[in-house]
Amino acid sequence: MSEAITSDFLMKTPFHARTAPLCLSGKWGRWAGYSSVDCFYSVTEEYFAVRTAASLFDMSPMIKYRVTGRDAARFVNRLITRDIGACPPGHGLYVCWCDGDGKLIEDGTVFRLAENDFQINTAEHNFCWFEDTALGLDVTIADVSEEFAALALQGPLSRLVLERLGLTGIEAMPYFGLAWFTLDEAPLLVSRTGFTGDLGYELWIEPGRAEMLWDRLMAAGKDYRLTPIGAAALEMVRIEAGLIEIGFDYIGAEAALRESRKRSPYELGLGWLVDLKKSYFVGKRALAEEKRRGGPRWRLVGLEIEGNKPAIESFIYRGRTEVGHVTSAMWSPTLKKNIAIAVLEAPYATPKADLWAEIWHPRELEIRKINAPCRVVRRPFYDPPRRKA
Amino acid sequence: MNASARHDAVVIGAGHNGLVCAAYLAKAGRRVLVLEAGESVGGCAVSGEIHPGYTVSTCAHILHLLHPGVIADLRLKRHGLALSAPDLATLALLPDGEHLLLSSEVQATRDSISRFSRRDAERLPGFRARLERFAGALRPFLMATPPRLANGTWRDRWTLIRLGIAIRRLGRTDMRELLRIVGICSADLVEDVFESDVLKGVLAFDSVLGSFLGPRSPSSAFNLLYRAAGESDGRRGALSHPKGGMGAVTAALAAAAKSFGVEVRTAAPVAKVAIEDTVATGVVLESGEEIAARTVVSNADPRRTFLDLVGPDQLDTDFVRRVRHIRMDGATAKVNLALDGLPDLGGSGPHMANARLLIAPGVDYIEHAFDDAKYGAFSAEPAMEITIPSLHDPSLVPEGGHVMSIMVQFAPYRLRDGGWAAHREAFGDHVLKTLAAYMPDLSGRILARQVVTPDDLERDFRVSGGHWHHGELILNQLFMLRPVPRFAQYRTPIDNLYLCGAGAHPGGGIMGAAGRNAAREIMRDWSR
Ligand SMILES: Cc1cc2nc3c(=O)[nH]c(=O)nc-3n(C[C@H](O)[C@H](O)[C@H](O)COP(=O)(O)OP(=O)(O)OC[C@H]3O[C@@H](n4cnc5c(N)ncnc54)[C@H](O)[C@@H]3O)c2cc1C
Repeated sequence: MSEAITSDFLMKTPFHARTAPLCLSGKWGRWAGYSSVDCFYSVTEEYFAVRTAASLFDMSPMIKYRVTGRDAARFVNRLITRDIGACPPGHGLYVCWCDGDGKLIEDGTVFRLAENDFQINTAEHNFCWFEDTALGLDVTIADVSEEFAALALQGPLSRLVLERLGLTGIEAMPYFGLAWFTLDEAPLLVSRTGFTGDLGYELWIEPGRAEMLWDRLMAAGKDYRLTPIGAAALEMVRIEAGLIEIGFDYIGAEAALRESRKRSPYELGLGWLVDLKKSYFVGKRALAEEKRRGGPRWRLVGLEIEGNKPAIESFIYRGRTEVGHVTSAMWSPTLKKNIAIAVLEAPYATPKADLWAEIWHPRELEIRKINAPCRVVRRPFYDPPRRKA
Repeated sequence: MNASARHDAVVIGAGHNGLVCAAYLAKAGRRVLVLEAGESVGGCAVSGEIHPGYTVSTCAHILHLLHPGVIADLRLKRHGLALSAPDLATLALLPDGEHLLLSSEVQATRDSISRFSRRDAERLPGFRARLERFAGALRPFLMATPPRLANGTWRDRWTLIRLGIAIRRLGRTDMRELLRIVGICSADLVEDVFESDVLKGVLAFDSVLGSFLGPRSPSSAFNLLYRAAGESDGRRGALSHPKGGMGAVTAALAAAAKSFGVEVRTAAPVAKVAIEDTVATGVVLESGEEIAARTVVSNADPRRTFLDLVGPDQLDTDFVRRVRHIRMDGATAKVNLALDGLPDLGGSGPHMANARLLIAPGVDYIEHAFDDAKYGAFSAEPAMEITIPSLHDPSLVPEGGHVMSIMVQFAPYRLRDGGWAAHREAFGDHVLKTLAAYMPDLSGRILARQVVTPDDLERDFRVSGGHWHHGELILNQLFMLRPVPRFAQYRTPIDNLYLCGAGAHPGGGIMGAAGRNAAREIMRDWSR
């Protein structure tokens, strides 16, 4: 590369002035063109903040689309595999969308702001797919990623933080509900959503007021051990929550080069998101056909593995036959269990299957191979009632 | 399946392919209804009166591809199909009054070329023979359903194997040559062999006629193979004139179809294919009338069929993308003239009677004409194919009169600077001005003039983009890729909906192949 990479090669989120001084570890990652904190000081401490207190995560790099127009609801219903009719204004929905072969392009959340006004939150760029899916419809699709700064406030004490912040009525907000507040004269959208499997909220505000929101939250959370967290801790809690992540647990159909790497919702355990009874949506024909034929070849499952060495990128065997591989793995400090998300051939995706994982574990620069018995368990691994209560 | 429907099949469109498909289905004992939007049947194969008593083929004017099997199976001769000129020669005109005559008379052709190049005269028969061998290898596949690549059955594999064998059986030299030329441009092909501009111009013209390609565009050589694979009443590569104009061909087809029990309704535009849960159940007319059918067959082009009649609500985004990306901008226009007498052609006049006339005096001439179109203008000096069918078909005109049918390359669908509405008549004037160099007294003889641009074709004949083939005939849109990959078997993503028009394999021209192949696939599904 001939040109020097300057320090502003990656963009800074609207919270950068607040997060940068706190990032003592110096560990930053890249996320959708932004610098994103990987770990502020201690991953373990940040992890326990999510599970036992309250945590703050800067999710501003998330890609956001605004869909408006007379046919907006029709567009969303053409796009996603769930029925948007089940989502009244003021609510959100966890959804996925597929290509014509019924292979997953991405999963994400849709907020129904009004009857024909939606916000779709994604990790990857989907603009072309959305536009092309909107052919013939009266909708406007806009990438509004930079119009919102966003924070995830998650953990058992998160509700108390928001009460302390003065958001009256927050305690009545249902799971996946949306609510609008005004904070210091700035409009603030709160959604009861998250990527942690715990009680939590996501807060959306105009970028110019981002620092104000951060400061007010940190002040309100002082007594609740509100802790800024980075992506590394988030990764741990999302695995415990059994949530899948694009680029880790599956490759989006638009990005995959190999046909065989594409995955259908049924293969990813997202069959509950597919509503074959609603009107036509992209991929419906293929998904109905897949279902008719008895389901897909692969299944995404949760695994519990003996021992305490994370089964990162492990192959899974039954006897001497390879029957799958791990996509995400960790030692769960809360459950005190060795857990993993894995893709298995369908016949072996049952708790009855007698499986073992081949774990390659580094020990002081020496790699040890461990054959650890494992079994299929229910996801989410960790699911406290407060998540939805 | 819609068991209560009165019709086994409803065919949308009474183009020649729709009629062929309907006739085959009815011949097999099925109840078939054809719904045509226009006032008469025929699609692009129609005749029209452009001046009281003067009738001419409105669009297509030369019959050279209609499959002999279709003629025989549907007994088209009994239903009125007749040729007024069975084997037209090609008379290429040059601005200086010179001309080149190519015909099935070997010696005359040789003599004519010799006046330009002895080498070329000697090499043409070999060139034609080779082209004919290639065409012979490919000909059976015009009447075959293209194979599916993924999830294919033994039948799909067998088609591919047969294609491989057919090519291999050409022998090593020919096989290499076929594989070499199939994707190249026609300019390279003819410049390899010939030296005289006039002969190269004729061959290059035929390679781009009906397409939005210049002689130097990749894949243009293929069109020569496609044309060579055609037959006219059993004569391979022959060009003919149907008696009564092209409308008489589709009239014969309609009569044949009716004789098998097909019901044809004109002025019945279809607005929508009725679909219930990914299965076609009938059609809805623009009038609001609903007609149920077990099977719906579309003779409309793929873009109209999928984007308008089916609609994106019923289709996958990636499929819609592929349909939108089909290259189907037309670039051929037609100018039809009613004349009070024959124009003076100078020295070449005597040969005119049994020939089509070409204005295509060289490869560069055609490529320049294409260049204009490439950037959104009609050709400053267009290349043309002209017929005067009244010379051998007096039924078309009153005593002494004549009609002239002029095919013009290039007139791009997307005309810049205001579009066709603003430039249509200027274009007509321009064509006549170009012709004046070859026929000085032409303009004084004109009683009436009809200009048919791609824009008119789209509006009046409902062909998206006004393309001759309902989609460019180029390598990436052929055979297994036509109209889009994975749906080249006349079937569509919608169950019980089929394509039978030129947009499907093998393409356009008055051939009847797409209609017949579609009927075969439909019956195959019915018998499952
Ligand atoms: C200017 C021009 C010149 C040509 N010259 C020649 C030539 O000399 N020789 C040759 O062999 N070929 C020629 N061709 C090509 C040939 O005419 C076409 O490829 C052929 O006619 C296509 O036949 P088809 O039946 O597939 O479709 P079409 O003839 O296009 O018929 C389709 C029919 O469907 C109908 N339709 C469409 N939508 C609807 C709807 N919603 N409801 C009801 N009906 C509908 C249309 O009205 C039309 O009648 C020419 C083409 C053009 C455009």
